[in-house]
Amino acid sequence: MTDLHTIRVTVNGTTYERTVEARMLLSDFIRHELGLTGTHVGCEHGVCGACTVLFDGQPVRSCLMFAVQADGHEIMTVEGLAPEGEMHPLQEAFHEAHALQCGFCTPGFLMTLKPFVETHPNPTEEEIRKAISGNLCRCTGYQHIIEAVKLAIKKIHHTDA
Amino acid sequence: MAGRYFGQPIRRNEDPVLLTGQALFTDDVQLPGMVHVAFLRSDYAHARIRSIDVSRALDRPGVIGVYTAEDLGDYWQPGPLLVPPPPVEGIIFHQRTQVPLAKGKVRHVGEPVVMVVAESRYIAEDALDDIFVDYEPLEAVVDVEKALEPDAPLVHEDLGTNLAARVVQRKGDYEAARAKADVIIQRRFYYDHGLAAAMENRGIVAHWDKKMQYLTVWDTTQAPVVIRNGLAKMLGLSESQVRVIAPFIGGAFGPKIMMFYPEEVLIPWLSMKLNRPVKWIEDRRENFVATTQERYQVHYAEIALTKEGRILGVKDRFYHDTGAYDPYGLTVPINSQCTLLGPYDIPNYHSEMNVVFTNKTIVTPYRGAGRQHGVFVMERLLDLAAKELGIDRTEIRRRNFIPPDKFPYNNEIIYQDFAPLVYDSGNYEPALDLAMKLIDYEKFIKEEQPRLRAEGKHVGLGIVAYVEGTGIGPYEGARVQVESTGKVNVATGVGTQGQSHFTSFAQIVAEQLDVDVRNIRIVTGDTAEFHWGTGTFASRGAVVAGNAIHAAAKKVREKVLQKASEEFGVPVEELELRGGYVHTKDGRSISLADLAVKANPLRGAVKPGTEPGLEATMYFGPERGVTANGVHAMIVEVDPELMDVKIKKYVVVHDCGKVINPLVVEGQIHGGVAQGIGNSFYEEIVYNEDGQMLTASFMDYLIPTAMEIPPIEVGHVETPSPWNELGTKGTGEAGAIPTAAAFVQAVEDALADYGIEILEAPLSPNRLFEILKEAQAKKGT
Repeated sequence: MTDLHTIRVTVNGTTYERTVEARMLLSDFIRHELGLTGTHVGCEHGVCGACTVLFDGQPVRSCLMFAVQADGHEIMTVEGLAPEGEMHPLQEAFHEAHALQCGFCTPGFLMTLKPFVETHPNPTEEEIRKAISGNLCRCTGYQHIIEAVKLAIKKIHHTDA
Repeated sequence: MAGRYFGQPIRRNEDPVLLTGQALFTDDVQLPGMVHVAFLRSDYAHARIRSIDVSRALDRPGVIGVYTAEDLGDYWQPGPLLVPPPPVEGIIFHQRTQVPLAKGKVRHVGEPVVMVVAESRYIAEDALDDIFVDYEPLEAVVDVEKALEPDAPLVHEDLGTNLAARVVQRKGDYEAARAKADVIIQRRFYYDHGLAAAMENRGIVAHWDKKMQYLTVWDTTQAPVVIRNGLAKMLGLSESQVRVIAPFIGGAFGPKIMMFYPEEVLIPWLSMKLNRPVKWIEDRRENFVATTQERYQVHYAEIALTKEGRILGVKDRFYHDTGAYDPYGLTVPINSQCTLLGPYDIPNYHSEMNVVFTNKTIVTPYRGAGRQHGVFVMERLLDLAAKELGIDRTEIRRRNFIPPDKFPYNNEIIYQDFAPLVYDSGNYEPALDLAMKLIDYEKFIKEEQPRLRAEGKHVGLGIVAYVEGTGIGPYEGARVQVESTGKVNVATGVGTQGQSHFTSFAQIVAEQLDVDVRNIRIVTGDTAEFHWGTGTFASRGAVVAGNAIHAAAKKVREKVLQKASEEFGVPVEELELRGGYVHTKDGRSISLADLAVKANPLRGAVKPGTEPGLEATMYFGPERGVTANGVHAMIVEVDPELMDVKIKKYVVVHDCGKVINPLVVEGQIHGGVAQGIGNSFYEEIVYNEDGQMLTASFMDYLIPTAMEIPPIEVGHVETPSPWNELGTKGTGEAGAIPTAAAFVQAVEDALADYGIEILEAPLSPNRLFEILKEAQAKKGT
């Protein structure tokens, strides 16, 4: 298994060049090659959504992609949501609404939600529920997460969701 | 005593690191020279191992070692029995605990057979395919009742039976009560409880530092102290040479306490053998078959009542599936046996528990831990009785509640902590009243339901009551220290898996020392910081660790005031501790920081008989647990074509005594209810007749998403426990316990036209369809 490829991937604004096996998962690349362990792996079969990252701005499951597929693309992980020591309004909202307990699924929710909250100034509750329906949380029962989404939208768009 | 900190909805200290991806979980540990393990697990539920050929795996580049049971030598030992059988007369208990790697025979799918260690996880998994195990398949033991038939195959041949345990507990004289009954209701109930499915799988990293002669282990365990002590013993090390860290853990819900998992035994051993850091991280497929889970029980239960609906007695004989081994003793079935009694004044009880070995993954507690099985049986019996007697379902419950003046209430049987099952306190009617109000019970049954039914809609309501034994011993401890910065450091032995300990424990300390919660650092689950304790389980953190922290914080407060008294030459009673300072009445003040420095001088002497520093370590060891309670109510609508069930409204009224942080309690309840809803209609572990799990992925085992979980309204009743100073009771499991009982009642109510009786959980659209067809067929005959 030495099918090696050299790839250039921009993650959170930094461009990395690495040589990886063709079969290396993008999630393993982010976590173990780049040391960005905020992206979590919950199921490795694309259901739980914990490993969600932004791939050219779109949420994707990094456990369902190979690192080589990211060659030449831009990725954002939870570590890139805000400068160190600061929080994105979405992160603040999660804190204020008690939208996380163990926090393992949280980075996946945040990455799924970032484009959603930024592009939906007035979503219905049903739309919010649909937006997070591809992310599993085993601790919160989702209620506080939904409240956090509304709060984040208020912070970002100064509107009431 | 809701104070400035205690009882307040304070935002969590742990959030910032979790939200920014900076929190350390076990798989985030990265050490130089680290190697990776993968396990070859049994594909068979029951098979003899004829031979194992690992030679091809050993030849694979990058493979460092391959180990079978034979390679472990004397280190191969069955695991310890965690919970011995309770002291009940006439008990039968057969101990058969799990082994590190299967030897001679495999007893469940997922049992580890060979351990491979390689330079990367990818290579280790490649090498699993190189191994050939020659199995002779055996007939699998799957059904708990058939397992006890004389010609059944045996999980443990040397036992001569699949019966793991039999325990009979009695209160009063059921047969005499039965003779006086106006009504007797008998049914067979079936309750299947599922997987914890914490979002983080299990994992272990072990690092043996040969030069330091020191073993560090990161483990996704709920009980780091117990793991440390056990590992030291197994590996022939001093306890002080072993540090177990339970870092941030991505949910646990019970199964992460099954000390010792085979992997917990093997990974540290391997690190010492190789003198390299070793990592093993469970994948989701392994989690389905190798992490402990709960399982089904079959109950043959009957209830005897007067025509007024007063319970005279309950009799139950049940069969509990414990899987292939029973390392956790009888905790789960004893919880079922005890919790069945619920909030009701039941004078006579006869319960026979039969625990059965099967060729399935091991059963240990998962959120609720057998309690929901008992609640389901009791609540269904009451529903049936109410129908039979023509009494409203809330009324029959109300008539049987233990009245508030009867506490402490002795159920006269033995609970999971081996103490008699005595409820400390409770006030059940206000919880029922509040739940009825929040769900608008009268209006629903008198107006809404008839109106919606007339429109052709199938709507129904479920309302059930329950108790939850929480906060059992033996003990927890804590050390509280004011540091020279004035910040406070607190260490306790319990681990944390999302319960908000970094905040709620800090609130307890803040209440005593009046320090900002953000300036109180809580350390949980690091044996180098605190090495006494049992663990986080049985909804006991806030009660047992909480009260230990409270006691230590009070002691530190005394020391602070004493030191200030010496400094100012003013009696303690005339001092006030406020905002990080001790104030005298004449306007002088000194900071906690300065007092901490003065209490730890570099010159001079510390007074004989006193200790340096502003620090105290205290323990809390309750004689027995404390009992929380509540009522859940929901309204559902059933689509009789698709058999889909929508929950339109969900109400929880909960009494966990004094609340430390209402935000946290609400979160716990929401999450528990979500798991309970999963266990009512979506999640089901299905085994076929060969003992193969047919639902070993999230495509087949359905965890509810935000689309399935409705908004949950929470109401509080507060009956403080008189048995601990904080007045707290546990809350971790409450949300999950009565959900299925309420759900089934609501669905049955919604489908009242069809005359069905639902005696099982979980349901599914398919199963509901079958139940309806069966009822229609019966009607037709």
